[in-house]
Amino acid sequence: MTLDELLEVRRAPAARHLLSINDLGREGILEIMHLSDAFAEVSERPIPKVPALRGRTVATVFMEPSTRTRLSFETAAKRLSADTMTFTASTSATVKGESLRDTVETIDAMGIDAMVIRHHASGAPARVTEWIGASVINAGDGTHEHPTQALLDSYTILETLRERRGGEALGDLSGLRIAIVGDIKHSRVARSDVLAFAALGAKVVLVAPPTLMPASLEGWPVEATGDFDAALGELDVVYLLRIQAERLGEVLLPSLDEYHWRYGLTRARASALRKDALIMHPGPMIRGVEISPDVADLPASLVTRQVHNGVVVRMAVLFHLLGSGEI
Amino acid sequence: MADRERTARPAGRVFIARAQVMDADEVRRALMRIAHEIVERNRGLADVVVVGLQTGGVPLAVKLASMLAEIEGADVPLGSIDVAFYRDDIGLRPVHPEVVTDLPFDITGRVVVLVDDVLFTGRTVRAALEALAARGRAAEVQLAVMVDRGHRELPIRPDFVGKNLPTRRDESVEVSDEGVSIGDLVAPELERGAR
Repeated sequence: MTLDELLEVRRAPAARHLLSINDLGREGILEIMHLSDAFAEVSERPIPKVPALRGRTVATVFMEPSTRTRLSFETAAKRLSADTMTFTASTSATVKGESLRDTVETIDAMGIDAMVIRHHASGAPARVTEWIGASVINAGDGTHEHPTQALLDSYTILETLRERRGGEALGDLSGLRIAIVGDIKHSRVARSDVLAFAALGAKVVLVAPPTLMPASLEGWPVEATGDFDAALGELDVVYLLRIQAERLGEVLLPSLDEYHWRYGLTRARASALRKDALIMHPGPMIRGVEISPDVADLPASLVTRQVHNGVVVRMAVLFHLLGSGEI
Repeated sequence: MADRERTARPAGRVFIARAQVMDADEVRRALMRIAHEIVERNRGLADVVVVGLQTGGVPLAVKLASMLAEIEGADVPLGSIDVAFYRDDIGLRPVHPEVVTDLPFDITGRVVVLVDDVLFTGRTVRAALEALAARGRAAEVQLAVMVDRGHRELPIRPDFVGKNLPTRRDESVEVSDEGVSIGDLVAPELERGAR
């Protein structure tokens, strides 16, 4: 390598971010899926850790309550040998009135390589990229997106289907019919999932009462229906969303019982599904609302698999953003 | 050609062969000699396992394992490792794992014969040693390569060599089913001129 080439590669690469599934596109998603396979193998080892991001620092900045996403990112960072810093709104200067900008600039000034951020305002992570030099990863912003959830959901489906086929290649989601059921209107998980599933070739059906459906679905690559029962028989995957009581300020549902009766995955609906259909939920599950207590524990339910894959896929995302370098 | 090598190169460069230095038969004979040397050095194959380095070392490791099985009449455990996550140039270059590591046995107490196509700076082998150490404590690690082209940057030497091939630093060496070639890495737009 000549001196010129050395200087070229040692120049700090421009920070790269993951704000939306659209930042990746189909090729980017498939690359993350491919990387996830490599990290799935790492997580099966007796010592599930590699030195890939030694010396890097990942800060998790959560302005909204979350345990699983934050723990999942921190575990992923640690398994890559990165150092982690944790910021939670309730125990920090935010309660003293510090602005988001001052908070993230302060954390950035301590020297970090990536900031994983969750914020109640849609678009907050995008704003943060204008203020700091580190890579920004959106861990959920308002009702906008939650891209790593969609990536782990996609990986979980692909990996489960590969296991059934007994094949080697992950492939994509073409030919699959996936229903996303619940509060589509307020769900950032639904937005990211629609983009990811459609990019990988799936047909997506949104199932929700009219009050929980977005005002317009123009430009969304989906079908929509209010009739869950009619859709059941042809589904390959049923993806249930949590009814987010904390976001339902206005009265959009007569009662949670009625929601369960019309849109919940009851035992009767579960038995009307095709035998090989998969059941998914991003967690935390509210048994008795979106899903019956016993249905959540059926073998078709991939909920714990999703949590397991969350760590694997977030390792892939961190490595993809911090480990690749540019030339 | 090893994809691992290709990804470690500036994107888009292609290999243009200038001369063939070993043909397919010569590669096969060199591998057979290495197999006999491994059996001789280890006084048989008890505790010997063969591990190919992704991706260039893997086809050679597969052939080597079947030759060893033929010589001693017993199967030799065969695995492969991808060292992407252990490289020392992560963040400097695009580093991607090519194939998932497949090491379906415990290496603790075994004699691991690492197999790669080309030994150059030694950095891939260093990464492989770290990757192996993370999996267990091998009794011994031995290194078999088809081509040693020199220019080491680390104190690493091979135990078994197909061919010592003096090269310039800016040249490139390819090992494939057809044999071993020496040539140059060229940006695609210069490809025509180089031919």
